[in-house]
Amino acid sequence: MNKLLLSAGLGLCLVLSACGGSGDGKKKSDVPRIFDPFPSTYAAYPSGATLITGATVLDGKGGLIEGGSVLIEGGKIKAIGADLTAPEGATTINAAGKWVTPGIIDNHSHLGAYPSPGVEAHGDGNEISGPVTAEVWVEHSVWPQDPGFTRALAGGITSLQILPGSANLFGGRGVVLKNVPARTVQAMKFPGAPHTLKMACGENPKRVYGYGRGAYPGGAPYSRMGNVAGYRTAWIQARDYKKKWDAFIDGTGDEPARDLELETLAGALSGDILVHMHCYRADEMAIILDLSQEFGYKVASFHHAVEAYKIADKLAEYGTCSSMWADWWGFKMEAYDGIRENIPMVHNAGACAIVHSDSDIGIQRLNQEAAKAWSDGKRAGIDIPIEVAWQWLSLNPAKSLGIDGKTGSLEPGKMADVVVWSANPFSVYAQAEKVYIDGALMYDRNDPAIQPVMDFELGQPGEGDRK
Amino acid sequence: MIRPLILSLAALCLAPLGLTQPVAIIGEKVWTGTAQGTLTNGVVVIDDGRIVSVGTGAAPAGMAQVQAKWVTPGLISAFSRTGIAEVPGEKSANDTGAGGSPFSAALNAADGFNPDATPIAVTRLEGFTRIAVAPDARSKLFAGQGFLADTSGLPGSIFKQRAFAFLVLGERGAALSGGSRPASWTALRGAFDDVRFFTARYMTHNDGNVLTRLDAQAFMPAVKGEQLILIEARRASDLEAIMDFKQENPMLKIAIVGADEGWRVADRLAAMNIPVIVDAFSNLPSTFSQLAATSENAARLAEAGVTVAIVNLDDSSHQARLAAQIAGNAVANGLPFDTAMQALTTAPARIFGMEGLGMLAPGARADVVAWDGDPLEITSAPTAVFIDGVSEPMESRQTRLRDRYLSLDESERPLAYRR
Repeated sequence: MNKLLLSAGLGLCLVLSACGGSGDGKKKSDVPRIFDPFPSTYAAYPSGATLITGATVLDGKGGLIEGGSVLIEGGKIKAIGADLTAPEGATTINAAGKWVTPGIIDNHSHLGAYPSPGVEAHGDGNEISGPVTAEVWVEHSVWPQDPGFTRALAGGITSLQILPGSANLFGGRGVVLKNVPARTVQAMKFPGAPHTLKMACGENPKRVYGYGRGAYPGGAPYSRMGNVAGYRTAWIQARDYKKKWDAFIDGTGDEPARDLELETLAGALSGDILVHMHCYRADEMAIILDLSQEFGYKVASFHHAVEAYKIADKLAEYGTCSSMWADWWGFKMEAYDGIRENIPMVHNAGACAIVHSDSDIGIQRLNQEAAKAWSDGKRAGIDIPIEVAWQWLSLNPAKSLGIDGKTGSLEPGKMADVVVWSANPFSVYAQAEKVYIDGALMYDRNDPAIQPVMDFELGQPGEGDRK
Repeated sequence: MIRPLILSLAALCLAPLGLTQPVAIIGEKVWTGTAQGTLTNGVVVIDDGRIVSVGTGAAPAGMAQVQAKWVTPGLISAFSRTGIAEVPGEKSANDTGAGGSPFSAALNAADGFNPDATPIAVTRLEGFTRIAVAPDARSKLFAGQGFLADTSGLPGSIFKQRAFAFLVLGERGAALSGGSRPASWTALRGAFDDVRFFTARYMTHNDGNVLTRLDAQAFMPAVKGEQLILIEARRASDLEAIMDFKQENPMLKIAIVGADEGWRVADRLAAMNIPVIVDAFSNLPSTFSQLAATSENAARLAEAGVTVAIVNLDDSSHQARLAAQIAGNAVANGLPFDTAMQALTTAPARIFGMEGLGMLAPGARADVVAWDGDPLEITSAPTAVFIDGVSEPMESRQTRLRDRYLSLDESERPLAYRR
């Protein structure tokens, strides 16, 4: 009897999923179980036309233009090249000696969910209450007043993915944000970005649940094999759940009861929700690759992936990304085999390499993390041009988040998410001088009026970084 | 597998030469850390574990040569846990602290040091030849005794045990003392009394008001001003309280670790000659003790005349090596280049009283690093490292792993056979 009277939620689903970015050309049975009751209210801030001239321009997809120009108009990249003329009324920025790149995209951040100050009341980054909490959405934990967003902006971060923590097998939904100060998280949400799902391999889930509850044994999972059984059990339930909704939509079944946890998992199975998985060890990543094929979903990126270099060929063949640090290692057993050349070695094997932070300090200088990895690769005989390596910072993370059609490179028609650097951004001495988001100047290192200060810092001994 | 040519050449030339043969280390730039400043086309001659000469002009004939873009003294990590934790996340492989021990100030970090620990070579490869290693506080604000070591990875690489006592104040000290700053200051003052009345107080008991007999004994040199006290503190008011305490006890030798809000009390720190060891990445109000944290902290402290050493406090066991990157960022935020270099060399040497280290000067110990570029630049790396005149292997477990996996070809044999 309810077949025609879809629940309000699902009604919204069918409408919004189409604007979710991946709805076109889908079969009815593929209609995602995602809908967004908390839609993005972000709109680009006003900006005039801006012509940046005379810079070394990295286009973000592998090209470098000496003495290059970038024209921004209507919040979009209008043109990029060696010789551009400013339209009437445009602001011209003479960037001789400076470098221009696409904005950096960090696909692994906990800003807002584990904000500064890191007091107990702010520990909102991980719903540790159970090993499967696919029902939680990290956007409901994001505090837009986290001062960390402003520091990241000063480091050239224009978009970022906030993920739930890695205690759980399924940690919940992540969210992609524009790095624009806002009163609400909705006003930061990247319009049309797919939802994401955080999963975790290895030590964390078994430590937290297996022996984290003061009892012996604490509960499942207690071991790596328990982790894998936990994923499979949940995926089996999700597959059944998805079948029921498929049948309902086909008109061959009754409307099933909604289940928030399974909605997320079913969305991942249908490909509408992108899977981002915390996984350090090579052998575990290889198991997850098979597991994803058992259930027919795809891993968008392995996060941390400290041993990605050991199976870079397999990662390339499968076609997933690895989101990596330049040199973190050894702090726990599954990070013991970390090496400085991980990122270039993954790249060199033809796999998708990403520099990520997982840190409110690291996010402020991902360009430096890329530079370290790049130079360590070079010393090991892997010579990658800077302009190619920049893909680790913008285009590849954009791909992993399903937003590469909109941002991540300086191509006409894309969002004008642009950074002007004082010097070669692979130098420790370079600073992000100007950061544009959708064409609007959101940060200017040389103009305190264009440096946001969050509520929390107002009236405190330090208002922003450099009071 | 694929390694810079200069490395293998350096190793070939020097390995048979040993300690007694002189070597000329030639740099397009030589940062001396002395009044000589930075030499262009400089030559550092070392022999028998010591620096013989530092100058310009042609290298003396008839000795082995190492060519480099930059030459610097061996860098000094002013605060680390390098060598006392193999895997911090594994209790069995972590000797940094002992929450379950009845002892505190007496815990001697040197007893946990393992020169074979893999972070030692990893740290050395990035140009650090000396490390100050501190225990971590787990049960009381008194963490224990820190030591100084070289990074050769050889037995006997500790060159000063009980070099300093390490204490934790501020938020962490409060938590370790029962829950408040007043509790930690009561404990600290009580511990001083325990030491001062040591003989009487422990005549019939093993316990003082705060410290056990062993802890009081170990803490005695610090209380008498014979041993450096390193104190972790961040908030301006905590730093003021420490300076008040020093004024009441002028004989104390104190240096501060953290000092995120140090710039706000920089003039007083300078006037009282209290050095600070800072992590110049700290620029967030991560706690209520860091509300005024700024990436200009190091620059402002140095400008006021405070002795500043720069370290990585974020992962001090495995990533002490990042101090050079952090110092480079401090330069980008206003710290003069020379002061940033001093923060990795002469400043820590001064703080810990390391004689003949942290500088290139005739008679100094031959800790010398040859670099392929500006030592603070993230794309630079050492090409040769000398400790006490010995050319160190430029190899670590990490480089071994890298070399094994540079090619993933297993068509003949599994990679496990490749070494």
